[in-house]
Amino acid sequence: MSSTTTTKMHPHKFVLWVAMGSLIMMFAGLTSAFIVKSNQVGWKSVTLPSVFWLSTLAIVLSSGSVQLALRCFREREMARYRVWMGITLVLGVVFIGLQWSGFMDLWAQEITFRGSGAGQFLYVIFGLHALHVVGGVVALSVLLAKAFFGRIKIYSSVPVEIAATYWHFVDLLWIYLLLFFLLIGGN
Amino acid sequence: MSETLMTTATVAGQATTHHEEHGHHQESFISKYIFSMDHKTIAKQFLITGIVWAIVGGLFSVLFRLQLGYPDRAFPILETFFGQWAKGGQIQPEFYYGLVTMHGTVLVFFVLTAGLSGTFANLLIPLQIGARDMASPFLNMLSYWFFFLASVVMMSSIFVNTGPASGGWTMYPPLSALKQAGDGQKIGTDLWLISMALFIVSSLLGGLNYISTILNMRTKGMSMTRMPLTIWAVFFTAILGVLSFPVLLSGAILLLFDRNLGTSFYLSDIVINGEVLPNEGGSAILYQHLFWFLGHPEVYIILLPAMGMVSEILSVNSRKPIFGYMAMLGSLFAIAVLAFLVWAHHMFVTGLNPFLGSVFVLLTLLIAVPSAIKVFNWLTTLWRGNIRFTPAALFAIGFVSLFISGGLTGIFLGNSTIDIHLHDTMFVVAHFHIVMGVASFFGMYAGVYHWFPKMFGRYLNNTMAYIHFWVTMVGAYLIYWPMHYQGLAGVPRRYLDKSGWVNFNNFRDLDQMITIVTILVFAAQLLFVFNFFYSIYKGRKVRSQNPWGANTLEWTTPVNPGHGNWEGDIPEVHRWPYDYGKDGREFIPQTEPVSANESKH
Repeated sequence: MSSTTTTKMHPHKFVLWVAMGSLIMMFAGLTSAFIVKSNQVGWKSVTLPSVFWLSTLAIVLSSGSVQLALRCFREREMARYRVWMGITLVLGVVFIGLQWSGFMDLWAQEITFRGSGAGQFLYVIFGLHALHVVGGVVALSVLLAKAFFGRIKIYSSVPVEIAATYWHFVDLLWIYLLLFFLLIGGN
Repeated sequence: MSETLMTTATVAGQATTHHEEHGHHQESFISKYIFSMDHKTIAKQFLITGIVWAIVGGLFSVLFRLQLGYPDRAFPILETFFGQWAKGGQIQPEFYYGLVTMHGTVLVFFVLTAGLSGTFANLLIPLQIGARDMASPFLNMLSYWFFFLASVVMMSSIFVNTGPASGGWTMYPPLSALKQAGDGQKIGTDLWLISMALFIVSSLLGGLNYISTILNMRTKGMSMTRMPLTIWAVFFTAILGVLSFPVLLSGAILLLFDRNLGTSFYLSDIVINGEVLPNEGGSAILYQHLFWFLGHPEVYIILLPAMGMVSEILSVNSRKPIFGYMAMLGSLFAIAVLAFLVWAHHMFVTGLNPFLGSVFVLLTLLIAVPSAIKVFNWLTTLWRGNIRFTPAALFAIGFVSLFISGGLTGIFLGNSTIDIHLHDTMFVVAHFHIVMGVASFFGMYAGVYHWFPKMFGRYLNNTMAYIHFWVTMVGAYLIYWPMHYQGLAGVPRRYLDKSGWVNFNNFRDLDQMITIVTILVFAAQLLFVFNFFYSIYKGRKVRSQNPWGANTLEWTTPVNPGHGNWEGDIPEVHRWPYDYGKDGREFIPQTEPVSANESKH
């Protein structure tokens, strides 16, 4: 069994990588739909509310903090691990809150579901991304609860690594989507 | 060795403690049969749910064939069962479209995707690569239960007052996006979309597991090129699913928004029942692109597992190595790649740029090359073989026949010019039913007959199996062959009554014949269902560990393997799985080390 235990990636991690490939396909489908639609009559572009810059800052910072949490976990520094995980979780929640206020901002500018432009795509695409961040927040909460209440017998870093990788993924995905809306959706 | 095995088993996220006395930790009825994480039980759950759906979907086709064969006759019994849907014993238009839509949806997704790859990927991957279970048994269990939920939602849509979705299984907007377009476009379509979203989640969870199990959990010595072709086939199937289903999901989400929140992703400039809708700027073609980007790979998601099982079963039952193993692999790979590059051949007549169309024609016709390679390899595997005509082998041979017949008509339809005449006619119906529907069903039956002894420790009844095969084989050709002529003459698909066209009246007898054969074939399938459930309890017991004399690892497990599959260590693999008829020996299992004076294959 040498080949399965030593050289290869942990199966759960591998599952995550394939899942990320699958999620990329979904967002690729949506953003290419955006491009196709943007050539149609009646297309309206949208100016991103500046609150999305704040949310970008929040999620980029959280990517850093989750990495620090992972490092602390590997060094068995459980107290600091809990702190960094907590910070990541807070930043994640802040991100979702900021996204929500961004949506409210747009809605106040009378960009609603009516019509067919970048605004409607924005609600769908950013909304789906936010749902995936919510999924990540749930995962982080579970890990954090375990760190506080669970008694850890085996210090396997695999669950934390998986959560961290996923968190980086939603971060990168957000940056892609933001750039997409700035470069392609802005005009 | 034993310790490392144990770590792999626990790494797999399951607590398989294997004891010498075949003892398994006490499992309650619920954890063993309902919320089971054992891949073999999950496979059976997928299979039985798939069978239930196949009966429903098949029955629907019998009902609308009654309408097509006898459009002017009343069947009072229909009114007894279906009430307002069959007023006066005649199938009403809304009911007809609901039946056609649900027939397509159910058979394409619930039977031939979940029922086929859900069953055999789950059953065979761990058993044939030498793993105790899937990479994540928990996700695997979730995969089934999402499928079950999707099934419940889809089934409930049949019973709502306004009827099930009836915009065709492709659910094209604007028809599917407008609730005022008809009864089937009301709650039925929303339930359809929700059910499909759940189904996609199920299929993704399954696919993730299949891929990572195959790549990460193979036993010692099981290199990629020593894997049976079944595993290669479900591997490519899973990759296709994981990359294409999410795109369908995004298409479905946009459709849900259009239906319920007033967006205009697909809708533009519509007047319906005298009412002018405010939507503008939407593109119905956009949906078709998103749909067929999944829709075409979906054809191969259905077909590839059947191809893999047919390869394995033909080799085992002709007692010969599979001809051209590497060519089989290469052609599977080529089909998987091309599957993503041909979707627009479903859209030749949508006003697609003719230049773009010609690119899709070229890529579509290219699929003939790997397909032909596979056909020749199956035929050469059979050639001068010592063929055992078991029911599984017959269905595998039937698959090859159907795949040839249906594949050839694909060359007609792949031409954008000929497609102008043939699109939306019965020719298309005949083509895809033979090559994708019936052929994949044959692959599935071959698989069930071949691996039933592994699943239940008993054999299916052979007499019923032979009746099942011959009725289905002859019936499939009798049903679909005439449809080609109808299609060439221009008979449209999806119409519930063609008697208004004088020039189609000479097909009336043909349509009646097709309907009668459909009923007979459906009865033969019920015979199979009876055989299946009867044999689970009363079938002849399997006495030998390896009843077919096969080389692959699943036949090294006990007759009724427990959770964890092997009682002792997982066997090590020393050779490819197709050493049949070598050096004067009938078969050499994969677990046997290569001896010094053995000839090379």
